[in-house]
Amino acid sequence: MLERTQTALRWLGKGVNDRIWRLGFASRFFLMTVLHSGTALRRFFLTVREIYFTGTLSLVIIMVSGLFVGMVLGLQGYDTLQRYGSSEALGVLVALSLVRELGPVVAALLFASRAGSAITAEIGLMKATEQLSAMEMMAVNPIARVVAPRFWAGVISMPLLAALFSAMGVFGGYLVGVKLIGVDEGSFWSQMQAAVDFREDIVNGVIKSFVFGVIVSWIAVFEGYDAEPTAEGVSGATTRTVVTSSLAILAADFILTALMFRGA
Amino acid sequence: MNRLKFDLWVGFFVAIGFASLLFLALKVGNLSGASVGETYRLDAKFDNIGSLKIRAPVKTAGVVVGRVSDIRLDAANYVAIVSMQVGKQYEFPSDTFATIMTSGLLGEQYVGFEVGGDTEVLKDGDVIKKTQSAVVIEKLISQFMFNKAADSGN
Repeated sequence: MLERTQTALRWLGKGVNDRIWRLGFASRFFLMTVLHSGTALRRFFLTVREIYFTGTLSLVIIMVSGLFVGMVLGLQGYDTLQRYGSSEALGVLVALSLVRELGPVVAALLFASRAGSAITAEIGLMKATEQLSAMEMMAVNPIARVVAPRFWAGVISMPLLAALFSAMGVFGGYLVGVKLIGVDEGSFWSQMQAAVDFREDIVNGVIKSFVFGVIVSWIAVFEGYDAEPTAEGVSGATTRTVVTSSLAILAADFILTALMFRGA
Repeated sequence: MNRLKFDLWVGFFVAIGFASLLFLALKVGNLSGASVGETYRLDAKFDNIGSLKIRAPVKTAGVVVGRVSDIRLDAANYVAIVSMQVGKQYEFPSDTFATIMTSGLLGEQYVGFEVGGDTEVLKDGDVIKKTQSAVVIEKLISQFMFNKAADSGN
């Protein structure tokens, strides 16, 4: 009995210890990435190349999902609103839910699984095939040359992708609400414009997506850099990137929403 | 340094991203046409402001001429003081009537100006003397009920 308790306690202690150790390393790694990002910004084509892989190649999935999410919002929102005889407020519902919440959050979740996992797998494989060590041998800092450009590419791409998601969603809601169901077009747009505030809603949405961009990119590059240099290690790191960043996005979204929208 | 094939696609991506931001700002949000240019301040005292909020519109004949900038309580007299920023191009007679109205049955509340006939106009910092408070639906209903009860008593 005592033996078993001891084993359990030891296991628990080791688990907690490892997590905290890893968190500390991740924070130091984040600081190093920011400190060594001079190269990524001075030789900007390195970052531009990564923006192509993380941002441009995510365009299609973001646009299609945004369109469908907006269309579903249009259908569901209309169904609820017309019970209260206020189906003209459909534009407000679609735009506010997209700009404040769904745009940043869903775009970040898609971004984590589309681009974050790819970044982790790439850096992890570079580590497994000892390309990172080879760079260090040639006195090239792998954090400056490999990690920082990918990190900044993610941070730059994320707000743009989220804005695109929201815009496509509003368009999808317009297609379903106005073109398909027949909500009055004028009140759809005018009520939307009256209710959506630039500073309160749109800028806060952009801030959210920027924070999510930092979180996802940080987790993705860190998991890749910290991956065990084996095939299994890389696959585990890729899974961890998607799981951890999804949870982190949702948790951060709660905190940011609580700070931003407290019902003034 | 040469142009790379990435540059075209990244440029496309960045352009489309900023275009959607612009779309959100102008078409979805109210960045365009929300401001009424230079403004001056008018105050009005109300017994009850209902659920009037800061940034609520100020309307004359249904046209937005300004916005509510501040709402506070006059602690001495227990009345609400509503400050409004009204566009410089609009002048109102000094006997203008300020009313808190509701757009639609469930809509948001706004301040309506009913223009009087005085030759003097309100200036920056002036207080509108004639006001009418928000209509509280509970009061209306209870009044109606009392009247009904009184009628059936006779």
